[in-house]
Amino acid sequence: MAENNKNVLYKDLNLLKSYRDMLLIRRFEEKSGQLYGMGLIAGFCHLYIGQEAVVVALQALSKPKDSVITAYRDHGHMLACGMDANSVMAELMGRFDGPSKGKGGSMHMFSREKNFYGGHGIVGAQVPLGTGIAFAHQYNEDKGICFTYMGDGACNQGQVYEAYNMASLWKLPVLYIIENNKYSMGTSEKRHSASDALYKRGAAWNIPGKAIDGMNVIKVYEGALEAVEYVRSGKGPYVLEIHTYRYRGHSMSDPANYRTKEEVKGVKNQYDPLITLKNILIEEYKVKEERLKTIEKEIKEVVNDSAIFAQESPEPKAVELYTDIYNQDTVY
Amino acid sequence: MNRKILGREAVQEALDVSLQRDKDVILIGQGVPDATQTYGTTAGLVDKYGTDRVYEMPLSESAMAGVMLGASLVGARPVMTFARLEFFLLAIDPIINQAAKWCYMFNAQTHVPMTLRLIIGRGWGQGAQHSQSLHSWFAHIPGLKVVLPATPYDLKGLLIASIEDPNPVIFIEHRWLHYNHGHVPEGYYKTPLGIPNLIRKGDKATVVSSGYMTIESIKAVNNLNKQGIEVDLIDLRTLSPLDDTIILESVKKTGNLVVCDHASLTGGFSSEIITRVCEKSFGSLKNSPIRISLPDSPTPTTRGLANYFYPTVKHIENAVKSLLGIKTEDPFKDIKPTDKLDIPDQSFKGPF
Repeated sequence: MAENNKNVLYKDLNLLKSYRDMLLIRRFEEKSGQLYGMGLIAGFCHLYIGQEAVVVALQALSKPKDSVITAYRDHGHMLACGMDANSVMAELMGRFDGPSKGKGGSMHMFSREKNFYGGHGIVGAQVPLGTGIAFAHQYNEDKGICFTYMGDGACNQGQVYEAYNMASLWKLPVLYIIENNKYSMGTSEKRHSASDALYKRGAAWNIPGKAIDGMNVIKVYEGALEAVEYVRSGKGPYVLEIHTYRYRGHSMSDPANYRTKEEVKGVKNQYDPLITLKNILIEEYKVKEERLKTIEKEIKEVVNDSAIFAQESPEPKAVELYTDIYNQDTVY
Repeated sequence: MNRKILGREAVQEALDVSLQRDKDVILIGQGVPDATQTYGTTAGLVDKYGTDRVYEMPLSESAMAGVMLGASLVGARPVMTFARLEFFLLAIDPIINQAAKWCYMFNAQTHVPMTLRLIIGRGWGQGAQHSQSLHSWFAHIPGLKVVLPATPYDLKGLLIASIEDPNPVIFIEHRWLHYNHGHVPEGYYKTPLGIPNLIRKGDKATVVSSGYMTIESIKAVNNLNKQGIEVDLIDLRTLSPLDDTIILESVKKTGNLVVCDHASLTGGFSSEIITRVCEKSFGSLKNSPIRISLPDSPTPTTRGLANYFYPTVKHIENAVKSLLGIKTEDPFKDIKPTDKLDIPDQSFKGPF
């Protein structure tokens, strides 16, 4: 695989790995949707299908000390951070082998090992938290930066701007990533935001920003490079607005009647991030279709295995209702 | 004339009637004018009253509550909808620190006729951030009224009364009540705030409950009746204000008290009820009162645990029986982790 990868590097971006990671997210989410339909997953389930290029490109720019925090559309971020598909699927099914032992579900998973800080159900509330994680990076002088994701809907939360002020005032190493998928639940951007240039909203606090295309992994990488370097150099926060699109409804309960089928179809046909990358790999990097098929087969197995693993994982025992409410460790 | 409709339809009718009667009434909330129309509770209202009275809002709960407070000071009568109670917590400052104090601090020169509809989720993976019952918190704040309806009749009658009330009212709708049928008159009527409802009569014990717990209590009391045990069942309807006369009279008669509340145990409203009985009528208690509540732990998402989190009809039945010296078994004994108990009824296939 090593020699293969050598030929498909775009700067430091390994395009075959990106393809694999994006495909894992896509297939994992499709499987989640399917299992939901079968009644094996219940509860909240916000699928990331259509937005895969965003998190995969940004993870390619991250370093081991960096941290990641996002809201409730989080399965893609967890997989991109390297969390185990089996365990994430087990959590979706409410089983004991999930990262939260079934007590958190789709919206509430966390991995200290991968510096992934959740998984949050309150819109926008993760933004001050990400700012705080950046505060700790600065305080500990560990050179890490915090990738703080939010959606276009969250941009109307006041706490986002209170956090912006502190981040700029103290030059905190935080990259604010707005995944603008055009809808705040069922409310289109036009109906919820007075100005559509969300990246400009840091300007009042002297935070630079820009908007980039989120449907092409190379463009995300290119566009984010400068932003990540800016934050890493200690100059303070940066607002990166990434234009993307979610193919499915806000959650499983949303039939997405607020937009036309043609709109969704149009994006899928013209801008699908996986098809775009596949075409680039074949046409510009001369990767053989067979190679991609092998990856597709691998991913199919990983995803199918995760569903089997999750179904075989036990239900948590009733006693878990009363565990972990408080940390019982004695620190001092 | 015994028309039966769903709880969510009762809420919709209350909003419709209120919008119709008073042009100062406006509705605002995330998803209020949208396709899903806040679980059907705002169905058709944007078509009937237009977008200048039925508003979408950005995800800006804190500012929005402040804006609505401002508007209400000069004549508007806003009804704000929060699709989950938890999102109201973002708006806590304008309501607790300001709206609740307005009348008092400013010599009653103006008032705050706001209604805040907070919806509580349960089951189907709602989890720790989408299913909290915090009515006891709100009832602790002087200046706020706290309403917790149980029946479709009261969902409509209490909501109309809340909207007409000149004070800020927290109106808490348990999501599962939207799925219940019940008798609801057409057109305009009000259920007065502050008066509990004696739903069943008996002399063996007093069961006090509120919100969705009243639905469970009705089932429990029906089961007890079949076993020859007759009890008083009192639905609180509102936590604040609360006229406790009917509760004290009942306990004087029965000597036994069970209080049911769908909130965590410690510091919950059931403690307030028991305290009032102890303070005002201690001598009439034959046994220690019993509280039925949620455990003191956050809500799990998985069905495997949610099945053991929410008290059942059997818990209420058993509590009454134990006061009467009848032996009972653990109500969770026969419940399996895979049993579909985390849905409002067995026809429910999700999603929420």
